Amino acid sequence: MQHAEPEITPQVAQNLGLTADEFNRIVQVMGRTPNFTELSIYSVMWSEHCSYKHSIHWLKTLPRTGRRLLVGAGEENAGLVDIGDGLACAFKIESHNHPSAIEPYQGAATGVGGIHRDIFTMGARPIAALNSLRFGNLDSAHTRHLVKGVVKGIGDYGNSFGVPTVGGEVYFNDCYNQNILVNAMSVGIVRVGHTVSAIAEGEGNPVFIVGSATGKDGIHGATFASADLTEDSAEDLPAVQVGDPFQEKLLLEATLEAIKTGAIVGMQDMGAAGITCSTSEMSAKGGVGMKIDLTKVPTRQANMKAWEILLSESQERMLIVAHKEQAHLLFEVFDKWDLACAQIGEVTNTGKLEFYHHDELIAEVPAESLVLGGGAPVYQPDYQRPKYLEQVGKFHSKNITAPKDWKKTAQQVFASPNIVSKRWIYEQYDSMVRTNSMGTNEPSDASLVRVKGTNKALALTVDCNSAYVHADPFVGAMIAVSEAARNITCSGGTPVAITNCLNFGNPKNPEVYWQFVQAIKGMGEACRKFDTPVTGGNVSFYNQSVFKDKTEPVFPTPTIGMLGVLEDVKNKMTMDFKKEGHQIYMLGTPQNDINCSEYLRVVHGVQHSPAPYFDLDEEFHIQLNVGKLIRRKLVESAHDISEGGLFAALVEMGLPRKLGFTLDTDSNFRKDAYLFGESQSRILVAVAPEKEEALLDYLNNHNLPFSQVGEVKGKNVVVDGENFGPIAEWAQIYDSVLSEKMNTAVEPV
Amino acid sequence: MKFGVIVFPGSNCDDDMVHVLGNVMKQECVKIWHKDTQLEGFGPGDCIVLPGGFSYGDYLRSGAIARFSPIMKAVAEFAEQGGIVYGICNGFQILCEAGLLPGVLLRNTNQQYICKNVHLKTITTSTPLTASLASGQVLKIPIAHGDGRFYADEATMRELETNDQILFRYSTESGEITDAANPNGALYNIAGVCNKQRNVFGMMPHPERASEAILGNTDGRLLFESLVTLGQMAAATVAE
Repeated sequence: MQHAEPEITPQVAQNLGLTADEFNRIVQVMGRTPNFTELSIYSVMWSEHCSYKHSIHWLKTLPRTGRRLLVGAGEENAGLVDIGDGLACAFKIESHNHPSAIEPYQGAATGVGGIHRDIFTMGARPIAALNSLRFGNLDSAHTRHLVKGVVKGIGDYGNSFGVPTVGGEVYFNDCYNQNILVNAMSVGIVRVGHTVSAIAEGEGNPVFIVGSATGKDGIHGATFASADLTEDSAEDLPAVQVGDPFQEKLLLEATLEAIKTGAIVGMQDMGAAGITCSTSEMSAKGGVGMKIDLTKVPTRQANMKAWEILLSESQERMLIVAHKEQAHLLFEVFDKWDLACAQIGEVTNTGKLEFYHHDELIAEVPAESLVLGGGAPVYQPDYQRPKYLEQVGKFHSKNITAPKDWKKTAQQVFASPNIVSKRWIYEQYDSMVRTNSMGTNEPSDASLVRVKGTNKALALTVDCNSAYVHADPFVGAMIAVSEAARNITCSGGTPVAITNCLNFGNPKNPEVYWQFVQAIKGMGEACRKFDTPVTGGNVSFYNQSVFKDKTEPVFPTPTIGMLGVLEDVKNKMTMDFKKEGHQIYMLGTPQNDINCSEYLRVVHGVQHSPAPYFDLDEEFHIQLNVGKLIRRKLVESAHDISEGGLFAALVEMGLPRKLGFTLDTDSNFRKDAYLFGESQSRILVAVAPEKEEALLDYLNNHNLPFSQVGEVKGKNVVVDGENFGPIAEWAQIYDSVLSEKMNTAVEPV
Repeated sequence: MKFGVIVFPGSNCDDDMVHVLGNVMKQECVKIWHKDTQLEGFGPGDCIVLPGGFSYGDYLRSGAIARFSPIMKAVAEFAEQGGIVYGICNGFQILCEAGLLPGVLLRNTNQQYICKNVHLKTITTSTPLTASLASGQVLKIPIAHGDGRFYADEATMRELETNDQILFRYSTESGEITDAANPNGALYNIAGVCNKQRNVFGMMPHPERASEAILGNTDGRLLFESLVTLGQMAAATVAE
């Protein structure tokens, strides 16, 4: 069948997504023209998805070291952070945007499956999942179809797999109408020293493929993810993989059990580019080669071609290199779990990957030449400040007339799908399995997950307001990191490290690349300030939709997944008002600032305005001290001010226990800015009357800007003496907007 | 009292049950692999738990394959001899499929998986699982399922009523049985039942997720306490 291969020309290479330069480079490395299979191997390994060729230069400028980090960024499948008590936390976030835009259910499901495999391939047991989702306009039937599919996909996979989805964020913006973003994060726990590396070592050691059989699904998925989404993308449907959470659950239990046997040298999950990627990365890491017989790979259908087996992205598979003498122990474990475990080759000392099919050598490539950090190309595209920023700079709040009916305006802002409860979504996720979720009955700004066997808890969050990033990528990325840290701080935790999912448009577009570079710089700055190094993550370029006459990149969306630690679960802080009579203080400085607010978009229809006020030093100072206030038990509730401003934050604090409050605005500020402005670095706390004096002493002694904004009182929301109605009415808005919109019939699309 | 938690492929609440029974309730508790064929060392005073999860992926009807697991023959014999068998969520589904409990569990009426806190009104207190509760006592316990709509034909329903086999009904916080309080469309708001002999129990809600102060809810613990204190006694009575 090899004879049917096309003649290899630069055009064939281009059809596989390789440039003419890259093709020449391959010929040079190999010292000959590659055959079709070899070219396919390079095509996926040098795709953006696998090689990070347009991002790695700038990624390396991020802070990537720290005393708690047990592996460096990008060294293993996920970051690994020491959390004390002999335990480490492995965590990572990853995108599955393109597959989800085409086939939302399977796209999202396999996104969840893929990120969990990254965690347990290291030997860590996943204990929590989060996700960050971006959809287009919710009033469109297509968007609702995508929301339903994505949510069901995430739910069906995670619920069956048995890892709770403990948190996340969901945004709606027209810029994601065609190209939605689905970012999934997994968090696992492993005993320090019991991890497994994705490395191949030891000449003669056997190489196994375990888990599901290999099928024709997801072929060229990595290449597909590395191109613009077009109207024809739906024809790439076979590039979307199909998930089987039951197999994944068996694979999880079997691999963790297999690790305990001591038989495993190294292990890597199969995600993008399947056998190709796992064999080349493991070999390159160990400086070895592999001889692989593709005939031995269990397949789902007969007569699969060699390159199909090599490139298949069938899910729920792992590549394992075992110690030769102990390999039989693997068979026992995988037998017990009724999973396939097939030896497909062995480790060699050649540094080359040799793939055989029916006794014929069908491809022979140097492993090192394929991988990131090895022979994969690295590009530093040109960049230039985007033109739209001129329009952003022209905005002046002076031209915005304050509304007359404040109650109606407040309702309008609060009813935005970006602010209301995402209950319709998260109730479809099992958020409690493994019995560690501390937020089920008492909400905090971050998701708190206790670590069994210790007094500790993890504080987890994903954050990014991409409208801010669009308005100012540098500041917006700093805000994303800061808000993540703020959520962790408000929950009683200490920020420790981040993982990032960088969703951008086409890197070859200089304006898009400018956004990327600026966002990386801002992120680095904020991460250095908070001492939260980047442990790894994922870059997703080409998030834009190409129409006949124009290209529209999505808002630059560098999602931050942050890990925090509560050294003692007793430091847990919740956001709900506890009792009438508690006084409400705002820590931080209010600003005359309505920039980039939900209020501006929803009430005034303004799409372009600068990023909200932000000062990194002030942010850090406030967070540091709020952490201390919480540990000293001086406050009863804490909640950060974000989308919807002060007003929305106060209502959110009142909702869980249906407690009303009074709020008095400050006449030194525009009333709309005071109520709905989204200037950063502000945290609301509620204090019991008997602790008020101690709190004020602390704030004064530590030079912390603050103002008293109101009191927890009665059952009504009262602003400047005007009754905005019972808190129950606000609960009604909060809980019903999303479900009402989603239950509008979805027409076939 | 000794507990055994059966691990089917796809069980995912087995660790949670072992944690609550072992670490929280301080009971002897072991896992039992579904391919085992005997419940060695378990007698009438002991309890076998079928935990929640997605046995065999539940791509077919929930629990339809697990009922054929090798261990299920031993579980049926154990129940026959008066041992306590307790199925939660997927465990309940499996017990219904195996004919050890009456009724079936259908797809939730809204066709969606639902995970949230619900309120349960205690109906019968004459079982080892509910003996230390007050009749009518309302508990807050979470559900997490896609197939939780209890259904049985009229004759079976009459029998359940006559024999006082209904453990819990979904209710409001104050104990009213209303449609709005019914999360999945279960017939007569039924959340859990027992067999006629009162030694096999099944319920959709997850008490093991509401058994520790650190999780903010200990209502579920009342059921395990009831089991532990009264289980042996009641089982002994059944065995006579």
